[in-house]
Amino acid sequence: MLKNINILLHQGKQFIRDVRTVEVPGVFRGRPVISANKVDAESLMEICPTDAIATDPSGKISIDLGKCTFCGECAFAFPNKIRFTKDYKLAHNLREGLIVKEGIDEEFKLDPTLIREEIYKYFGGSLKLRQVSAAGDNSCELELNACGNVNFDMGRFGIEFVASPRHADGVVITGPISENMAEPLQICYDAIPHPKLIILAGTDAISGGIFLGSKALDRSFLNNYKIDLYVPGNPIHPLTFINGVLDLIKKR
Amino acid sequence: MSYITVKNNQSIFFQEIPVLDYESFLLMNTGFLSKEHLHCVNYYGLAQKEKLKLICCIANDHEHSIYVSSCVLPLPHLDEIGFPEYSSFTARHLSFHIFEREIHENFGIRYHDHPWLKPVRFAHDRFNKESGIAEYPFYHIESEELHEVGVGPIHAGVIEPGHFRFACNGEQILHLEIHCGYQHRGIENLLITKKKLLQRVTLAESIAGDTVAGHATAFTNVWESLSGCVPRADLQLARTLALELERIAIHTGDLSAICTDIAYQLGASVFGRLRTPLINFMQEWCGNRLAKGLIRPGYSNFKFTPELAQRLEIVLEAYERDFDEVWDRFHTLPSVLSRLEKTGMVSWHDALSIGCVGMAAKTSGIERDIRASHPHDLYTELRHEPILKIHGDVYSRTQLRHEEIKQSLVYIRKLLEKVAAQPDSERVLLQAQADRFCLSLTEGWRGEICHCAITGKDGELVHYKIKDPSMHNWLALALAVRNNEISDFPICNKSFDLSYCGYDL
Repeated sequence: MLKNINILLHQGKQFIRDVRTVEVPGVFRGRPVISANKVDAESLMEICPTDAIATDPSGKISIDLGKCTFCGECAFAFPNKIRFTKDYKLAHNLREGLIVKEGIDEEFKLDPTLIREEIYKYFGGSLKLRQVSAAGDNSCELELNACGNVNFDMGRFGIEFVASPRHADGVVITGPISENMAEPLQICYDAIPHPKLIILAGTDAISGGIFLGSKALDRSFLNNYKIDLYVPGNPIHPLTFINGVLDLIKKR
Repeated sequence: MSYITVKNNQSIFFQEIPVLDYESFLLMNTGFLSKEHLHCVNYYGLAQKEKLKLICCIANDHEHSIYVSSCVLPLPHLDEIGFPEYSSFTARHLSFHIFEREIHENFGIRYHDHPWLKPVRFAHDRFNKESGIAEYPFYHIESEELHEVGVGPIHAGVIEPGHFRFACNGEQILHLEIHCGYQHRGIENLLITKKKLLQRVTLAESIAGDTVAGHATAFTNVWESLSGCVPRADLQLARTLALELERIAIHTGDLSAICTDIAYQLGASVFGRLRTPLINFMQEWCGNRLAKGLIRPGYSNFKFTPELAQRLEIVLEAYERDFDEVWDRFHTLPSVLSRLEKTGMVSWHDALSIGCVGMAAKTSGIERDIRASHPHDLYTELRHEPILKIHGDVYSRTQLRHEEIKQSLVYIRKLLEKVAAQPDSERVLLQAQADRFCLSLTEGWRGEICHCAITGKDGELVHYKIKDPSMHNWLALALAVRNNEISDFPICNKSFDLSYCGYDL
């Protein structure tokens, strides 16, 4: 008994007190900022492994975080043009909202008009999620598990992963959705009672990521439903996920 | 000579691989495996016009070399009948079973004496697309007394999909059949169709997101070898460090998961939180908790500076103190030991015959560890001595994790002594040479990872084959649970912690 108490004492306080404002350590690559400096747009776009960088007719650069693998290679090659900040609040409920435009340095805000009224009413205090890994590479899955550990402690907000779709209020999809997982995913979604949410976690789920173009994928599920939340990352950071979900279910 | 001897990460001309007739090819390669220190690291086919080239790679762990040989067969067609049936390697040595199943699934080669010729992963470009993944032919026993339990593909936790089908007598498992394939993304094809090197190394990092350092190192070593480039000392140091850090982090997380499965809450929480500073350090170093973006062929964007070395020393010191304390408590609790000891046993004989690698081999008394047998990067200097356990049970796999963590801590501290301030260095531009073959072995935390690449006449990549250690080891889990209670399945599964996506590709 004393040994147990000793172990407990030696852990100290491990939980992150405020998941909304805590700063992440090191060189985390979060929301990028694109300066107005002139660069060779062609060679900048050529670097990106997932074609996440684009130009508009006026030559302004944008980065689609739904496609970005956050490798940071563009920022190493063009440090005056692109800089990744440590802002981990990357989730959005509008697919276009994930596109960072040149010269704009603003925090992401969910579009409140797209959030159904019942979401706060039903899920504001308690949200139970079913996770489906549809060809995910186990990196987002590790980070989703980390959301519930003693450090991030997502459970304190009433947000938890559950073992059955029958107990769930929504589904969190990771991975680019292989054709072999298309049917199981559909069955799982159908088994969740209404009203229900769909959250796409990770770049692979949002756009197919580096797997885009593979014939072994079947992403048709995504054409049939409205997506409630996009959480970019490769893999997602637990703080990105927790903040995104809290923004989705908060009182408006 | 009917085979060519290569070293790990040595590139040779593809034409140098001797071509044998099938009979000699079969007898020679299965004959090698009569010795414990020889095992098959990869056996696969590649289609060349109307022909199928089979390439077999057998590693000799004592001589630190790999024997590569090949054979050419006519490529079967779907509408053809009366195509020949071959004698299988598997009938002579079981460890080939998974490779021949893959060759059968992808190219339609038939074997008359393969005992278990079932689909591997229902790959998109498989030979016969008449049946889909929902029609997998499970082994079924007709009996009034027995019942079957199906689990998956989607599991109760936040983990990858796969299907487990148990045949049970009451609570006791008689047979378990593991059926994967749900995670198949066509990654080997993508490695060819995506032409940019950055795309390819990003794909390599995504083969298994829990083994980023392992697979990225294997890819990088292949690519550098094909390009005739020897990586700088600082790059080798960084890769070795990343591999050992990944090993400690995942092993710690697995100890936490093992505690969860036996409902030991204190261990689950403490081991779980001990993983956090390690992966947060990874983020301090390279901006990603799982090391994505760190390892690149010919360069690195993230120098390992003396300041980072100091920081890591502090992180590891704090880690080790708390790790030792909770381990001492954990492994002396009778309630813990009673769940782990003699649960999920794999005998030395079984492990050897099915060709186990990595942790599954080392816990059944077989010394198979690439760090010692085919060392690369700075393992040549570390003189690694694998830790062996003999009982092959869940407790052995738990103990191995503990001892490997302690061993890796020693290695990392040795590596940290070598860290020095480096000037900014130029990126080495790599151009793969024409008509080459290269095989790379890396000891990831699970076990041996094997990548094989072939280039064409302009140095373009024409074929890439990946083998995750899970290819060998899933069968070990199926054997381990026999005659155990079905309620012990989760703890057995976690003690192996095999990869679904690494297997499905």
